[in-house]
Amino acid sequence: MTVAENKTERLDGWNRPPVMEPDGEGELLEVAMGPHHPSTHGVFRMDVALDGERVIRLRPVFGYLHRNHEKLAEGMSYLASMPFTDRLDYICPITNNWAYALAVEKLTGQEVPERAEYLRVILGELTRFQNHASSVGFLIQEMGASGTPLMYAFREREKILDLFEELTGARMMVNYMRFGGCRVDATPAWLDHARKVVAGLPGFVDEFERLLTGNEILMARCQGVGILKPELAVNAGVTGPMLRASGVNYDIRKVDGYGIYNRFNFRVPLGDHWDVYDRFMIRLLEMRESISILEQALKDIPGGPVMDPKAKIRGFRPKPGEAYGRIEAPKGELGFYLISDGGPNPYRYRVRPPSLINLTILEDMCLGQNVADVVLIFGSVDIVLGEVDR
Amino acid sequence: MKTVEEIRAAIEASVPGAGVEVVPNPSVSGQHSLRLSPDCAVAVAMFLRDDAELRLDFLSNVTGVDWPDKEIAEKVKVMRWVTKTVDSIEQPVEEIVEETRKRVVQGCLEAVYHLYSVEKKHGPVVIRMRTANRTDEVELPSLTPVWRSAEFQEREIFDLYGIVFKGHPDLRRLLMWEAFKDHPMRRDYVEPDDFEWEPTAHDEVLRRAAERKNREQGIGNRE
Repeated sequence: MTVAENKTERLDGWNRPPVMEPDGEGELLEVAMGPHHPSTHGVFRMDVALDGERVIRLRPVFGYLHRNHEKLAEGMSYLASMPFTDRLDYICPITNNWAYALAVEKLTGQEVPERAEYLRVILGELTRFQNHASSVGFLIQEMGASGTPLMYAFREREKILDLFEELTGARMMVNYMRFGGCRVDATPAWLDHARKVVAGLPGFVDEFERLLTGNEILMARCQGVGILKPELAVNAGVTGPMLRASGVNYDIRKVDGYGIYNRFNFRVPLGDHWDVYDRFMIRLLEMRESISILEQALKDIPGGPVMDPKAKIRGFRPKPGEAYGRIEAPKGELGFYLISDGGPNPYRYRVRPPSLINLTILEDMCLGQNVADVVLIFGSVDIVLGEVDR
Repeated sequence: MKTVEEIRAAIEASVPGAGVEVVPNPSVSGQHSLRLSPDCAVAVAMFLRDDAELRLDFLSNVTGVDWPDKEIAEKVKVMRWVTKTVDSIEQPVEEIVEETRKRVVQGCLEAVYHLYSVEKKHGPVVIRMRTANRTDEVELPSLTPVWRSAEFQEREIFDLYGIVFKGHPDLRRLLMWEAFKDHPMRRDYVEPDDFEWEPTAHDEVLRRAAERKNREQGIGNRE
């Protein structure tokens, strides 16, 4: 960790992207990548200025999917916005539910039964696994390996979505968590099914690694591309696998130990080259750690209720005050900030979107790189537009 | 981790005259916050980031809050001369009457920052700043030069709440388009009725269109 070296840095703009001048004679070419570019995973635009193949300026443009989620949530009761959180990061709805439930529980002081905590961890880690698998798949897809690795990832994701469907009734828009617990209990048959799926996951990761990790083209394209220095990463609020690929040991599961994460044994993988390849490797390694957490949780899960029968989930009015709750979502720190004025609706409801804030340093990473690498660097950030624009 | 009171004392010691107030949070979360005066905010932010004990190097969340002007109705007792018939003669009498008076409390816009430390692994420390009012004095100092992560989030607040961050390197709208006029997250925002063209306008759309027409005829075109 080299952050301490910058202790004396003052306001001299060290954290700004450098202003690059074109060299050579040719003209500058301004390209709008997006909003319908196949690599942007949705509607997002990058205005890129090119000097030949070299990127000398990049401006991200947001807002194509903006529907003012926060304003909507301020007009409805606390419980009513729970299903809407699924639509933020639609690849991992469970962790969105979890972060929101955690923030409201902080505001009201509700306790969560132990079995519900275990179910949250199981579903949260399954979500992390399928998110990392598909994000690696997308990254390889953008590199030009059309389809095959992505379909391997999606085959595995399918099994996990089947588990979600069996438990919650929906594959993606699960609406599963409640303040002080979970909506439905898992049956023993579901737990057996989950154990069976989890037992198959290490084989998938091995296969995925055999297919990709040592691949010459992948190494040539990814290594040394899109370097992000740790001190800038911390200053720019980058979180999640992106931050750990830059070698900063900061995992909210370890730091806050929210829920029951301090009961599990897992390691935090860190990168030491800070490039796209590290981000790819960190995701593969985190998938292995997720499997280890899943095995422990599925072994130890206790009986009991998943919801305190006396807990009030509907029509409650928290005392005036505010709370900020955050979790380690697969993409980074997902936080919810709530202010209550004593009414049935939140006075202020704010989502801290990891996808948007991780894009702050997109320009810094892309400057001086080839335009073909922009796609790759952007893919390694791992964003979902539903969360960027909210 | 220091308590907010201790942090306040440390700030006062290193930035004299910083004018930091502790804002207690009555909720069970216990996340109390510090209100900075906008004049010294950047100096205080630098202190919080660089102080060896705090090292709040990671700005996690930045957000705006709108506190509209509030009208408070108070009941006041006043003495008044009332003409009354006492002993069958009309004469002025002094009497205590209860009267309702209205007082307007000036609203403001607020920016809230949640700070953590990656190095020391503690937090959150919540700092907040308030503008003077909601209409013309809406400037606050930008903390983007101190923490880069505020860059997009302050742009979002500028866009949705209308706080102008002085010293921000690139203050443009983030989510709405450039030509958009209002600030949608404000509590008194009225949504326009003509953003989308409908081939067969009906019910709600027609009603709002008629309302708008009346409004425009009544007070003249506001554009």
